[in-house]
Amino acid sequence: MSLSPYVPIIGLFALAAFFALFSVAAARFAGPRRYNRAKLEAYECGIEPSPQPVGGGRFPIKFYLTAMLFIVFDIEIIFLYPWAVSFDMLGLFGFVEMVLFIVAVFVAYAYVWRRGGLDWD
Amino acid sequence: MEHSVEYAHATGLLGSVWLLVAIPLVSAAILLLLGRRADRWGHWLGVASVGAIFVLGLSYFFSLRGLENRSVELSLWDFIAVGDLHVDFGLLFDPLAAVFVLLITGVGFLIHLYAVGYMSHDAGRRKFFGFFNLFVAAMLLLVLGNNYVMLYVGWEGVGLASYLLISFWQDRPSAATAGKKAFLMNRVGDAGLAIAIFIMFATLGSTQFADVFNGAGALQSGTVLAIGLLLLLGAAGKSGQFPLQAWLPDAMEGPTPVSALIHAATMVTAGVYLIARSNPIFSLDPTLQTVVVSVGALTLLMGCIIGAAKDDIKRVLAWSTVSQIGYMFLGVGLGGGAYALAIIHLLAHGFFKANMFLGAGSVMHGMQDQVDIRRFGGLAKYMKITWITFGLGWLAIIGMWPFSGFFTKEPIIVEAFARGDWTAWLYGGAALLGAGLTAFYMTRLFVLTFHGPKRWTEDIAHPHESPLIMTVPLILLGLGSVVAGGLMATPVASWLTPVLGHGEHHEPVLSHTVITVLSLGLTVLGAGLAWLLFRNGTALVEQPAGPVVRAARRNLYTDAFNEAVFEKPGIFLTRALVFLDNRGIDGLVNALAAAVGGGSGRLRRLQTGFVRSYAMSILTGAVLVVAAFLAVQLGWLA
Amino acid sequence: MDLKLPDIDYAALAPILVLFGASLVGVLVEAFIPRKRRHLTQLVLGLLALTGALVAVVLNAQDRVVTAGGAVAVDGPTLFLQGAIVVLAGMALMLIGERSVQRGGAFVAHAAVTVGSPEDQRQAADEGGATEVYPLTLFAVSGMLLFVAANDLLTMFIALEAFSLPLYLLCALARRRRLLSQESALKYFLLGSYASAFFLFGMALVYGFTVGAGGTGSGGGVDFGTIRTAVTDSAASEVLLFAGLALLSIGLLFKIAAAPFHVWTPDVYQGAPTPITGFMAACTKVAAFGGLLRVLHVAFSGASWDFTPVLGAIAVLTMLVGAILAVTQTDIKRLLAYSSVANAGYLLVGALVLSKDGLSSTMFYLVAYGFTVLAAFGVVTLVRDADGEATHLSRWAGLGRRSPLYAGLFTFLLLAFAGIPLTSGFTSKFAVFGAALDAGQSWLVIAGVLTSMILAFPYLRVVVMMWLSEPGESTPTVSLPGGLTAAALMIGVVATLVLGVAPAPLLDLANGAAEFVR
Repeated sequence: MSLSPYVPIIGLFALAAFFALFSVAAARFAGPRRYNRAKLEAYECGIEPSPQPVGGGRFPIKFYLTAMLFIVFDIEIIFLYPWAVSFDMLGLFGFVEMVLFIVAVFVAYAYVWRRGGLDWD
Repeated sequence: MEHSVEYAHATGLLGSVWLLVAIPLVSAAILLLLGRRADRWGHWLGVASVGAIFVLGLSYFFSLRGLENRSVELSLWDFIAVGDLHVDFGLLFDPLAAVFVLLITGVGFLIHLYAVGYMSHDAGRRKFFGFFNLFVAAMLLLVLGNNYVMLYVGWEGVGLASYLLISFWQDRPSAATAGKKAFLMNRVGDAGLAIAIFIMFATLGSTQFADVFNGAGALQSGTVLAIGLLLLLGAAGKSGQFPLQAWLPDAMEGPTPVSALIHAATMVTAGVYLIARSNPIFSLDPTLQTVVVSVGALTLLMGCIIGAAKDDIKRVLAWSTVSQIGYMFLGVGLGGGAYALAIIHLLAHGFFKANMFLGAGSVMHGMQDQVDIRRFGGLAKYMKITWITFGLGWLAIIGMWPFSGFFTKEPIIVEAFARGDWTAWLYGGAALLGAGLTAFYMTRLFVLTFHGPKRWTEDIAHPHESPLIMTVPLILLGLGSVVAGGLMATPVASWLTPVLGHGEHHEPVLSHTVITVLSLGLTVLGAGLAWLLFRNGTALVEQPAGPVVRAARRNLYTDAFNEAVFEKPGIFLTRALVFLDNRGIDGLVNALAAAVGGGSGRLRRLQTGFVRSYAMSILTGAVLVVAAFLAVQLGWLA
Repeated sequence: MDLKLPDIDYAALAPILVLFGASLVGVLVEAFIPRKRRHLTQLVLGLLALTGALVAVVLNAQDRVVTAGGAVAVDGPTLFLQGAIVVLAGMALMLIGERSVQRGGAFVAHAAVTVGSPEDQRQAADEGGATEVYPLTLFAVSGMLLFVAANDLLTMFIALEAFSLPLYLLCALARRRRLLSQESALKYFLLGSYASAFFLFGMALVYGFTVGAGGTGSGGGVDFGTIRTAVTDSAASEVLLFAGLALLSIGLLFKIAAAPFHVWTPDVYQGAPTPITGFMAACTKVAAFGGLLRVLHVAFSGASWDFTPVLGAIAVLTMLVGAILAVTQTDIKRLLAYSSVANAGYLLVGALVLSKDGLSSTMFYLVAYGFTVLAAFGVVTLVRDADGEATHLSRWAGLGRRSPLYAGLFTFLLLAFAGIPLTSGFTSKFAVFGAALDAGQSWLVIAGVLTSMILAFPYLRVVVMMWLSEPGESTPTVSLPGGLTAAALMIGVVATLVLGVAPAPLLDLANGAAEFVR
């Protein structure tokens, strides 16, 4: 078995590593440095990881909702992309299946919408 | 007996034989489930259901008569079908089952009718009839099952109904205790029956009557002996035979109709049925037969002797039941033609004993529930019908010509004398002696109750005859006591031939006439002696007496024996267990569980509630599993 | 280049599709129907969908096909188990939908409200529970139906996740004792994903094994046919095979709650809302065993000599752990959880017998146990005081006096668990042990009989407690069940009795179904 099929993958790994290193390094050199209290929090999202809210108080979940919605659509894209690439080969069957898939995802979307998951306030 | 046993499939009218079990069962369910709503009409439903199956039983009987081989089998559904074990929920209607069906439903109907009157003042009458119907259903299942497992189901069912009814008045401690005693002693017998069934399945692969009887001949003699002895143990437990007789007299704590139906006429004869039904097994081994005969002879004498010393009207009758069933065991033990004789005696006994129990109930009804015969006397004048019917029963049981006992007991005594070797003298003598003793104690009972001076307690002013609903069954059963034996003896014997076979007939060691004369003579002697002794009443309290009477009053020390041999070690064992029990966790775990509980307590600490330790445990398990797989595969383990 | 598209037999997939579609509709109901009418709509929708699925299963009864490109096998065991899951899920749905025993049902109204706050107390007191439980349940059921039909490891994995994820959520939705419930859900989720990882890893190793087995170039696969061929005529590295099989089975053993992968069971069974606990104990068990049976019978039967000792040891360990730990439990739900662990052991005994008898008896056991355990949890939902269910065993003392009917029913169910004749517990154990004896696995049977004797003790302790103790001040009352719970209880008890008295029809059905398509 020749190793040649793996060469592009190794290239991809290298590219990814380079991108990560580059971003971190670039931020260090290029970005402004103005620290304040919010900036020093662990997640920078308005939630104190510790100590826990006194008396089991409430905390906002908007960020989580948004993040989860993002993941749902992200995954949808992951499926759509290879289908788009090989659309001609999959033909009508592939099209119908993909419509069904999107409908299923949109059912969840409708639920989120009606339940107010898309309202910020 | 080298004939192969097979049964035809039930068709036509006989295809509905299952109704015999279903109708009383449904009726029992209605009575017990509907609760108070059924209080007003429940007892009539109970009576009607038994009446209906009596009519059905008659029609089945007549259609069976028209058939060629006179036995049909009806397989309803697979009761248990797992692995090699196949147990049909199947019924077998053959001559033997048919006579039992008629006895159970016929006598049962009369006693149900009687109970309507007897229980009229009891708040629990509906419940009583529910249990009663349950008993009838279970008893019919017992005699109709076509395999030993069905028989066992019915066997346990009648046991259940019997315990429920013995302790029916559960607020009386003596009734509750008697129920427990019956339960425990029956367990011993039931265990024997269960093990016998296991052995049959293990050695023959089936519990169907047909398979067992056809295959029994090929078994090793030791196996046959074991099966037979275990069946006998079961039979002795249910029928109150030595050494499991002690529960039966105590069972009289139940309402009198119960004593009449269950503990005299039907359930206690289940042991006789079991042995008669298993006749192909018992006929294989003479030793087995000798054991059965010995049990019968011993019990019949024991019952007579103890019965003569008791003063409680129902207990005397109970011991006489023990003794009469002894005669039946003697009969089935003798084998051959005596099987049929035992069944005939069983039928006749069903009539006259039910009659006498109901008569006793009638007496108690009129005497404010007193049972002490020393406090009766002179009742003949006040309770004419009871007196006459009880008198007919009395003449029947002592075997006076031409009452039914004469025609049914006599042949058994003759058969006992026909054993063909010296044991003929032993068993024949015992049976003969038993006849004399029976005459003595039954006459004592009769005379003390109905004749002689009044010895009533002050609170009884006017004993009264029972209402019509109680006397009509008495009259019918009384008629049965007179004619049943004479009418049935010959036809029933030939009717039963397909099931029980023809026995080779030995000539008795004494001539027939001599035996008859002897037995009648002894009967007259015993009865006359009792008449002379008790004509003028008896002492009102127990008198000091010689060793024999003392022993008889104390049930021939059998209770003491049980106490010493079973109860004391049992109590010790229980104490030891309780001691161990208390040492268990929270006093809830017994000795065995203490170890388990300890281990459990320790293991429980592994269940910490922390996900991290759970994950660790899963990981450890995973490593072990992978290692084990590889070890097995590399040949380190397997 | 032309792709060969798989044939799809939609009729064979109908039960799964019906339920999946119904769960999507359920989500839409949540979105568009006003809150007040959701409960009834969802309940009716759920029951209709389950009925539809059952009808589809029955219509498929004669199907023996492999479809969807070899990913799904619809054969006797599939249909039998699908039918069982659908029926049991119907009973569970009745318990889930019950709202008269407790105002608003067993589920929390607003899962995000802080535990113990005034809002929480208000919602616990009188708000209708979340109706999302219905689509979640239906999702789980459709996942289970796919799981028992999956014919390759990937489909199986997807199905595993499809029925696990809704269950994780459902566990968190108890109305009372919410912290316990949330904790149980988190534990179940964490450990469940952990076990899924083992499953995936095992799948990778098995794939590697099949690649090596087919010789160079032919390529491998994770469908059961390929694995089966590779196992039977392979000279490839068996280390990969057995390491893979070991890891795969860990993923499955986790779901069936076999020791030592059972650790989540008591906590989750205790914390989850009781109807969900019943649902898991009955349906998850059927589904997980269905998957395990197919993996062992179809894919790896060629290696049975090698895996039987190991899985047999796990079965023995499972029975022991379940039985011994049940002895000291003081909470009825934990007790039933350990009983469920022990029963997983008995079922494993049957699953290891790779014969027709073994298969049919295991399937029979699954059905019989499912009915009994659902009815038992149904009774648990009824025994309550002001704070919800009273699950501590000491509170059950004297229950026989307070409510003879329900104490009687529960006694009957416990006797069935203990394997007393005339209950389905007896016939099913008898069938499984009989099959194992025929296959020469007497050591498993001996362990099974011994542990059932141990296990009878905690059951009888509950019986004794209910009947022979005097009711105390704290003995809770038994609520009158609403129609739904009563129906579920009735079905469970009657099935327990009928399968104990006349098991033959179902055994025959199981026997007729006991053949995988390969």
